Amino acid sequence: MLSLNAALAACMVCTLATLIPAFCSRNGLQRSLLCLLLAVTGLLACIAGLAGLLVGGGDLTLPLGLPWLPMHLRIDALSSFFLLLIGSLLLSVAIYSQGYLRGMAHIASLTVFMPLFVLGMLGVVLSDDAFTFMLFWEIMSVSSYFLVTFEHQHVENRKAGYIYLLMAHLAGLLILGSFATLYAASGSFEFAAMREAVISPLWAAIAFLLAGVGFGTKAGMVPMHGWLPEAHPVAPSNVSALMSGIMLKVAIFGFLRVVWDLMGPGDFQWWWGMLVLAAGSGSAVTGVLLALQQNDLKRLLAYSSIENIGIILIGLGLGMLLARFEYPMLSALALIGALYHAINHALFKGLLFMGAGAVLHSTGTRNMEVMGGLIHRMPWTAALFLVACIAIAGLPPFNGFVSEWLIFQSALMAPQLGGTMLSTMIPFSAAMLALAGALAAACFVKAFGVVFLGRSRSEAASHAHEVDHWMKLGMAIPALLCLLFGLSPVLVIPVLDAIPQLLLHTSISDSVHAHGWLWLTPVDTGRASYSAPIILAGMLVLGGVTFWLLHPKGRTIRRSKMWSCGNPHLNARMQYNATAFSQPLRRIFSGVYQPEEKTHIARPFHTLLTQQVRYIVHIQDLMVQRLYQPVADYVLSLAKRLDRLHQQDIRAYLAYTFYTILFLLALLSIKQSIAAYHFWPLMQGKALSTQILAGQPRLPVAGLVTGVAV
Amino acid sequence: MSATLIQQLVDGFAALMLLTSFALLAQHRMLSVLHWFAGQGLLLAATAAIVAYGTDNEELYISALMALLLKGMLLPWLLRRVIRQLHVHREVEPLMNSSMTMLVALGVTLFSFHIIQPIEKTSLLMTRDSMAIATACVLLGMLMMITRKKAITQVIGFLAVENALFFAAIGATNGMPLVVEIGIAFDVLIAALIFGLFFFQIRTTFDSLEVDTMNAHLIHKDDDE
Repeated sequence: MLSLNAALAACMVCTLATLIPAFCSRNGLQRSLLCLLLAVTGLLACIAGLAGLLVGGGDLTLPLGLPWLPMHLRIDALSSFFLLLIGSLLLSVAIYSQGYLRGMAHIASLTVFMPLFVLGMLGVVLSDDAFTFMLFWEIMSVSSYFLVTFEHQHVENRKAGYIYLLMAHLAGLLILGSFATLYAASGSFEFAAMREAVISPLWAAIAFLLAGVGFGTKAGMVPMHGWLPEAHPVAPSNVSALMSGIMLKVAIFGFLRVVWDLMGPGDFQWWWGMLVLAAGSGSAVTGVLLALQQNDLKRLLAYSSIENIGIILIGLGLGMLLARFEYPMLSALALIGALYHAINHALFKGLLFMGAGAVLHSTGTRNMEVMGGLIHRMPWTAALFLVACIAIAGLPPFNGFVSEWLIFQSALMAPQLGGTMLSTMIPFSAAMLALAGALAAACFVKAFGVVFLGRSRSEAASHAHEVDHWMKLGMAIPALLCLLFGLSPVLVIPVLDAIPQLLLHTSISDSVHAHGWLWLTPVDTGRASYSAPIILAGMLVLGGVTFWLLHPKGRTIRRSKMWSCGNPHLNARMQYNATAFSQPLRRIFSGVYQPEEKTHIARPFHTLLTQQVRYIVHIQDLMVQRLYQPVADYVLSLAKRLDRLHQQDIRAYLAYTFYTILFLLALLSIKQSIAAYHFWPLMQGKALSTQILAGQPRLPVAGLVTGVAV
Repeated sequence: MSATLIQQLVDGFAALMLLTSFALLAQHRMLSVLHWFAGQGLLLAATAAIVAYGTDNEELYISALMALLLKGMLLPWLLRRVIRQLHVHREVEPLMNSSMTMLVALGVTLFSFHIIQPIEKTSLLMTRDSMAIATACVLLGMLMMITRKKAITQVIGFLAVENALFFAAIGATNGMPLVVEIGIAFDVLIAALIFGLFFFQIRTTFDSLEVDTMNAHLIHKDDDE
């Protein structure tokens, strides 16, 4: 019961926080209260999640909601895990916001919608019936729309918000459709009944497709990702951290809840896992390829979120395939890998967005081309950002490596499944995962290198300042957790083990523990093992030795001017910038990007005297362009055609009414004649009786004719 | 009077009602449209009075009186004043020519007789035969609003629809409750007054009472924006 109480308390604190602007109008006080209450919510959610995972959850029926449908809440292993995920990032973002929101005017809308957003996510995770789920889901979607359009004075923000709202509603509609399908099978909105219901393969497939595309849209799965790179960059950075870190995971939660829990592995068909695997591979590679070419720091992070969602989906797809072909242990391993990656991504992407926010806060721009050399001005931010970069690139000893390694292991250990297509799909997606990992490393070398290293490329970057302690603390917590999750997978996995026990009725904690706390040995002890502490120790020793060799005792370091190949003046424009860094990959993948490149050479005086060379490259998200644009164009043209109907004079409207009335009357008469045809004896009898009545000399029957009779 | 005679009378008045509706649709001179409209109001009052006598319903007498005063006298008088002051005496050429409109009207009337037939079978009222005609009159009023170009004739069409609804109420249930009827009558009066005011306003704004001109003006304004 502890976890339920803590979760309810978290929801209440959240609700309380939305009321802040009602009783306090001072900006500073509003900010402090908001951050305090959000931090408390985060802490309570963490407690609820931990208690749920370690002790066990429970269920509760609240007398709220529709009269015949009270609110059902339930905490099981799956929701506990996501509560923990929400709580851990929310806590650090709340602390970070105390510094980030300082100096921001008119934060009243933020104080209302941020807790509401969190409340929506908590509610989705806690809900145990479809109605409650959808209610909180929509609260989450709509309030995050207001967060995206927080700085609504800019046109691009409003546009991004519109796209976001549109796609969020599309997602909501599809999810509603999948719940409707399950409702039709079970006859109840409660999840408990849906779990029990027997559903035919066709309807199961329909529910799966609706849920998959619906939740996939919200999670940013390619090709439904169009809203993500628009919405994430324009939201305030603390909100982007929450959206990318948690909201996308809540969508993953929804997918797990509906497909894995409500339908269950027994209903999986062989192509479901294939589809998820394909979507995951596509998302991973597309996301990271596009992330590589971005020069807007937050946009880069947004595309990288698509990549990470792809990795999670690869894990889930593998899990579904393996569960379908009766390899529960391997399936559990893939599931654990996906979940592990979910919490890892929440931590390091939250940290990265917070770091981007810190950079934005002190330089006032998101454009990487005008940054550079920030490591000297913002050493703390740089160090913490570096931690997140290493983690997201999937390098040991941080957490990103562990989860990607687990997913790899399940792919590599997967035996031959029936059919050529299946047996090629798994190695293919593993290869895509590897490619995405390598490209992600390149991408974050670029992000860190261009932003923090080198010399500053602008006035703003050279006058940047370190952020305050709140923000540093807010970033330090996830950084620490990244290291912790990276070092101690052997301790974390047994805690997560409750989820495969719930969904697949399998446990892998025994095999994980087989070689003690030091070695992580998933499933097969003979084949693969990983020990983060030993690797860390090795790295420390290697680093120490190198340092010692380079800086022996008694020799001072001599600093001198950089060698400039004989060129007298070195300036900041001569260094690699973001566009230049990604040029080789742009060349290699030019078939995928189809970049629009233009080179303008200005030779105003003589053909041999080049004064200025200007290189412009423009890379568009082809998927969005080719897929969304035709749909948008079609809808617009349809709307234009309908619009003409509205440009009529009053007589035309009257004519519409007239035709409608005629049509309805005609419908009525047709219906009557059909009824007369079907119930001929009945009608005849009725007509007969009326005839008899009419034929008699005005009996005082109907009351209204009495006067005449008298 | 015997019940049969009353029923015959009601049917006869209903036929006259239909005649006025057709006449309204066919007329082009403003004043004759108005006269036919006034005649329709008087017919309505007479029908209400006869049904009131036939069913011994006091409330219906009051309805009849109201119809007489309001629809037979006050509204035509108001509209006549408007027409005089605005100097609109002829309707311009309607959208459809008269014979075409008549044919459509004929079709609409047949259609309403067809659809009311099964309902009539189940009714025991002596006014039941008038229901089809009332429906036809409603549709003909709407047809008038659609085919005419002057705002005033459209308003008369609207009032004709209202008359027909009143007639339908008498035919279907021997009149609506008095309270409702008084409310509606008051509404119509207010509507007529507002229409009258609007005619003047429209005239001063658009220099015309033709709907097309107003539309042109509006569309033009849209383009400017």
